[in-house]
Amino acid sequence: MALLQISEPGQSPEPHRHRPAVGIDLGTTNSLVAAVRNGIAVVLNDHDGHALLPSIVRYLRDGGVAVGREAEAEQARDPRNTIVSVKRFMGRGLKDVTHAENSPYDFLDSPGMVQIRTVAGVKSPVEISAEILKVLRARAEESLVGKAGGELAGAVITVPAYFDDAQRQATKDAGKLAGLNVLRLLNEPTAAAIAYGLDNAAEGIYAVYDLGGGTFDISILKLSKGVFEVMATNGDVERARLAPLSAEDTRVLLTQSRAAKEFLTAHTEARVLATLASGETVDVSVTQKEFQEMTRPLVAKTLGPTRKALRDARLEWSEVRGVVMVGGATRMPHVQRMVAELFGQAPLNNLDPDKVVALGAAIQANVLAGNKASGDDWLLLDVIPLSLGIETMGGLAERVIPRNSTIPVARAQEFTTYKDGQTAMSIHVVQGERELVSDCRSLARFELRGIPPMVAGAARIRVTFQVDADGLLSVSACEATTGVEAAIAVKPSYGLTDEQITQMLRDSFDHAKDDVHVRALREQRVEGERMLEATEAALREDADLLSKEESAALRAELDALRKTLACTDHRTIKSGIERVNRASEAFAGRRMDRSIKRALAGRKVESL
Amino acid sequence: MNLNQNHFELFGLPARFAVDAAALEARYHDLQREVHPDRFAAAPEIERRASMQLATRVNEAYQILKSPLRRAVYILRLRGVDPEFETNTAMPPQFLIEQMSWRERIEEGSEDPEALVRLRGGLREESAKIYEKLRGQLDEGGDDEAASGTTRMLMFYEKLDGEIDDKLAELET
Repeated sequence: MALLQISEPGQSPEPHRHRPAVGIDLGTTNSLVAAVRNGIAVVLNDHDGHALLPSIVRYLRDGGVAVGREAEAEQARDPRNTIVSVKRFMGRGLKDVTHAENSPYDFLDSPGMVQIRTVAGVKSPVEISAEILKVLRARAEESLVGKAGGELAGAVITVPAYFDDAQRQATKDAGKLAGLNVLRLLNEPTAAAIAYGLDNAAEGIYAVYDLGGGTFDISILKLSKGVFEVMATNGDVERARLAPLSAEDTRVLLTQSRAAKEFLTAHTEARVLATLASGETVDVSVTQKEFQEMTRPLVAKTLGPTRKALRDARLEWSEVRGVVMVGGATRMPHVQRMVAELFGQAPLNNLDPDKVVALGAAIQANVLAGNKASGDDWLLLDVIPLSLGIETMGGLAERVIPRNSTIPVARAQEFTTYKDGQTAMSIHVVQGERELVSDCRSLARFELRGIPPMVAGAARIRVTFQVDADGLLSVSACEATTGVEAAIAVKPSYGLTDEQITQMLRDSFDHAKDDVHVRALREQRVEGERMLEATEAALREDADLLSKEESAALRAELDALRKTLACTDHRTIKSGIERVNRASEAFAGRRMDRSIKRALAGRKVESL
Repeated sequence: MNLNQNHFELFGLPARFAVDAAALEARYHDLQREVHPDRFAAAPEIERRASMQLATRVNEAYQILKSPLRRAVYILRLRGVDPEFETNTAMPPQFLIEQMSWRERIEEGSEDPEALVRLRGGLREESAKIYEKLRGQLDEGGDDEAASGTTRMLMFYEKLDGEIDDKLAELET
């Protein structure tokens, strides 16, 4: 018989209730989901015991969707509707897609992001990725909550460190579209470093060499006393692709080649045997040596980014204590050899390169969801991979936030008008390292209007960039000299508005069983409960920071919020949450102050 | 957080050019452990927002205190002195000749990564001498006028350092 638990008076009834959270590695070739169970990060398998879900989505004529192995099995027969490696299209326009003409898909160039015409209608990469995430979400819910449709506290989704803002925004949107509460976007090499570092109690400078199905990332981290500080990151998103062939044939050959490639890791020769649509047979043998020759340029391309990252971190090769290998491609023996040569030491292979990213993400998700255990007192300090700037006269990019800045980061820069009486200014936000705007990625354009007419050069337009802990940017601008402030906050143009996401959720196939309002209500209830719990805990800890009146006012709002939780209109709960937010503003500020004082207090004597 | 606190006060360190790098980093980690958004991911919106602002502020302060050039400029501004990077271009002739000679050597070596790395090593040695000079001027002599001039020199060196990095990056592409 189970014992009934009774909580201590004055304590939250479930102070250590476990909130199931997952880490998701949304990969180019395969995707995985992992979670922390009984203090240990594990990858969650499907019913057949497979950990890897092929990142393949097939749209069917009847409106159905097949994901993973099922879709993979039909890809040669139905290449146009079977989307493989959708990650390469996330946040990308048609012109960014290399060798689009070799691709079996019917692309549609649309503003912001390329779309694909399928038998089930036009699909955006965000929607396609969401299908993969939905499958992983259901797997996690079944495994952690006991049933599909159960409540996950949230998910951490990994992205290549070198993903730009548009690609990150698209990934986060896909998570939302799949009904996940995205706790954080985490850089893949950083996730690997967490899994490796915590597992091995590593200290010192480490490099993470991540060669995946479509991307290369290198990150240099400093691990010291539980702090994971990313010093620099670099990479290469666009890698070489194959030459033109028909849709079906390309698919057949790609599938066969992939098998051969994997075979060559352990064997000296592999045979590719395939029958093309024309009846022609392709029968070629590839030796390990030939394969190495073919892939040499790809591997050589990882050298430049690696050197750059070390230089940005102001380090020498000899200062790197270990090299963690991530991604299936690092299994290739010659990649191992090259990395060993480069760093003058054998790379670290004691973690499964396919799983280490998902495991690291799961550990992070567990902590972010509030399931902190005693060994979880670690901290992650990550960076943005690419510089952010603004277009100035002559099509030049003016850097506002340099690459490898630790996030969150904000920077303001002043610009001025160039014509007398100018009352509006067009602001173009770009990302990249090149001097010309045309060589950088365009993230957003917006206009600041209502500038009071002044002589050229007199206006002071202050543009502020804020990058949050997900590496996502928001920009605002205002004119400062006259005291007249016009400000606008923008979301990058590749991003979807919340309304668009709601609409897509509404349009999605499972909307009947997963009503938007039910979801909204559930979300607000969870948020409201979280708010009550957190604020009450704060009041127990720091009640002395509030006057009697302040404390009474805050408690009254908390009681009001508690009452709204039972109602069925999510907007009522939301407004209750907002009222508590307002009532606790000063309290939150004072608590922060106290934390900072506490952080410094223990240190003064020893270092002065 | 008291917004009137300067970066040194925020880190609980004396406003001096000489900084104990290990102590600075330890303070930085202590502060981020308290305010970083990852610590507030499950907290109410208001705390999440406050945490992002504070963590942003701590990052900004750390970047300034960590960089000798930015730290020197910051100390001078705290003392009400503007190092006048934009307007004051008058540098000692001897220094300008040295700068030209550095620039020529970088140009000559622009095809040779090893030569560039050697030059950068030399530059960093020069920078280290300037740090020492600044320590004297800012922490001991209190000669802010002279320190402004020295800071401007340091700016030239950092610029050359950046140019060498750019050249090395070009050679790799």
